[in-house]
Amino acid sequence: MSQITLPWIEKSPETLSGYRRKAILLLFVLAVGHLGIALVSLFAFKPGQLADWKIPFVLALVLGASLAGMAFTAGAFGVVFYRIIGKFLRWSYVAFALFLGGVVGACLIVWLHAEIFTFIKGLSAAEGEHRVWLLAVPYDHTVRNIYAGLEAIGVEVPVLAYALWPLQFEFIRDLVALGGIIGFISIIPAFGIWWERKVSARIQSRMGPMRVGGWHGWLQSPADGLKLIFKEDIIPPEGDPLLFRLAVYITFVPPICAFLALPFAAAWVFRDLDVALIFILAMLGIEVVGVILAGWASNNKWAVYGSMREACQMVSYEIPMGMSLLIPIMMAGSLKLTDIAGAQAGGFWNWFVFANPWCFIAFFTYYCAALASCKRAPFDLPESESELVAGFLTEYSGFRWSLFFFGEYAAMFIVAGLAVILFLGGWSSPIPEAWINSFLTAVGASPDGFFGTLARGLLAGGPIIFVLKATFLFYVQLWVRWTLPRVRIDQVLYACVQVMLPLVMVLLLANTLWILGTDHLQWGWLNVIDGILHWILVGIGVIVALAILCIALYGFKNNKRLVGQLAVVDQLPGS
Amino acid sequence: MDDLAFYIFAAVSLLSAIGIVASSNIVRSAVCLLGTLGGVACLYFVLDANLLAVIQLIVYAGGTLVLMVFGIMLTSKSPWVGFRATRGQVAGAVLVAILMAVGISTLVLTAEWSQSANAPLKTSPSVAEVGEMLLTDYLVPFEVASVLLLVVMIGAAYLARTEK
Repeated sequence: MSQITLPWIEKSPETLSGYRRKAILLLFVLAVGHLGIALVSLFAFKPGQLADWKIPFVLALVLGASLAGMAFTAGAFGVVFYRIIGKFLRWSYVAFALFLGGVVGACLIVWLHAEIFTFIKGLSAAEGEHRVWLLAVPYDHTVRNIYAGLEAIGVEVPVLAYALWPLQFEFIRDLVALGGIIGFISIIPAFGIWWERKVSARIQSRMGPMRVGGWHGWLQSPADGLKLIFKEDIIPPEGDPLLFRLAVYITFVPPICAFLALPFAAAWVFRDLDVALIFILAMLGIEVVGVILAGWASNNKWAVYGSMREACQMVSYEIPMGMSLLIPIMMAGSLKLTDIAGAQAGGFWNWFVFANPWCFIAFFTYYCAALASCKRAPFDLPESESELVAGFLTEYSGFRWSLFFFGEYAAMFIVAGLAVILFLGGWSSPIPEAWINSFLTAVGASPDGFFGTLARGLLAGGPIIFVLKATFLFYVQLWVRWTLPRVRIDQVLYACVQVMLPLVMVLLLANTLWILGTDHLQWGWLNVIDGILHWILVGIGVIVALAILCIALYGFKNNKRLVGQLAVVDQLPGS
Repeated sequence: MDDLAFYIFAAVSLLSAIGIVASSNIVRSAVCLLGTLGGVACLYFVLDANLLAVIQLIVYAGGTLVLMVFGIMLTSKSPWVGFRATRGQVAGAVLVAILMAVGISTLVLTAEWSQSANAPLKTSPSVAEVGEMLLTDYLVPFEVASVLLLVVMIGAAYLARTEK
């Protein structure tokens, strides 16, 4: 097949509008049909009449059909009003609403899910222990039971009882939570790649993507993703095709697994492992295997160079990274991330980064090593596109190539999130909760009222604060990438093994002795020095934060002006 | 659920272990090793031995495996190294395999499983407890192991040093 023609590309406008009419008709018919099925099923079933094993099918009939019906209706309206929708998508608010709404909406869904689960758990215990087809676990509630519980709070909707019934199983609950995690991971690269392109454009005094989607090209990443899916999938026949395919998944899956143990707030974690920190580090380590295999299986000298660099780099950065993380662990006395973050609550001066000078330096050594672990500039040697074509990615194309980037952006968020939890107070707000409460009472709003709860949820700590902090560190990764030149591989090895490793060892030892002196032996003079240094570091932190804010404000005010002068102008002949 | 998970992960570990032996391509063997290590780590997770599982992942799957693949890539002469075992090697391998099989089956058959089945651990020891045990009851083995690692490191550094 030498030429590919799309079926609609050479049709006259009349034929096209005919297609459109047919599509609208088909979608509407499907929608009405599904809604009909859903309505009939809704009135046909009442709680307590069904054997429990039939419930999944009833749910599929009622909820599945109504959801499908709504989707078809939306599709039909989309085809009808596509011109108006196209205009609407150009507004900047839409992009903002989608990006923010994605995160906030995901948070709300998880919260609702948790509330529903608590509700079901709180219902009165049921008659004995049953075994259910499909899920061989003991369960407590029958549909009648849940319906009775719903009636008690004044909600008399039978379908809701059916819909809530599966949520009592841990298995189903985990599936919903995993859906939330995967949704979040899909938002990160889509947003991150667009943001990276805009940040790089801003740093290089250009505009970046401006066309796709309207406002500042906000639809660029989904459009790129669509393009990548349609690209030809090339597998080098001289390489190892099996490993070539496998390497993608070994790189892509571990960062997603790491999200299973990453807490977004005190209760917002999929599994609160007592070894969460080592688990996440292990996942980041396995990712490297995938990168090495990708380069090896490509059978391309640039790819092998890239993966050898990755292996060298990994051997050198991983030790300083792990050892810098030991310092906050020592401060908190736990490997559980929720405990570590909980130990830093109550104001930004309690954050471990300001606790003592050793922690302060360890934050920076960790962040440098984390840059290397995400293959981000100035340590993007495995991929260095100006020397090695594309490094380990040279032979990859299409969707496999994009999966590598999904993994990379997910890992960037993971290391930023780890830095936030270990050094920057996790999800706790910079302002202590007591201040917010007293402010609310001073304004006249009750801390437990609607606005009080909202304000405390937003300001006093929670997933949104965590995501904001992690996003800032994510942004710093972009900022560093477009500011610093790439270092050579021998410089990376030298810096990691001969500079950072001894430094981190000294920090570790000093921190151990420091904690011994201040917390256990209670030396008075050391405690005084500790207090002074602590407040000096807090002062440095405040000054740096204010300076960044001022610079950002200056940049925002002058965003239409080029930075500096065009030096070339003076040297042009005749100028 | 736990039974199902056990069978899945056991199957993954076993199949990858067969893959290690059966594959003549050394890099594919290394990848199969990743499957075995990961499968065993997942079995540890199923058994609620989180610390062991995570250490398995970070030390073997994350660290050692990378070093092994790295070594293969740096030392192999052609990109696709295959190896053929000589008769002596096969004989030695069979001998070792038989010894291992006899030893493990003796252990499995003579162990008193009923005791542990009657009184299973309610909760697995936490990381803090493991750490405390390592530094109190099992301090000598722990220190001996660390001295061994130190000796290995010095030896490796000595071997790798270029003569001047």
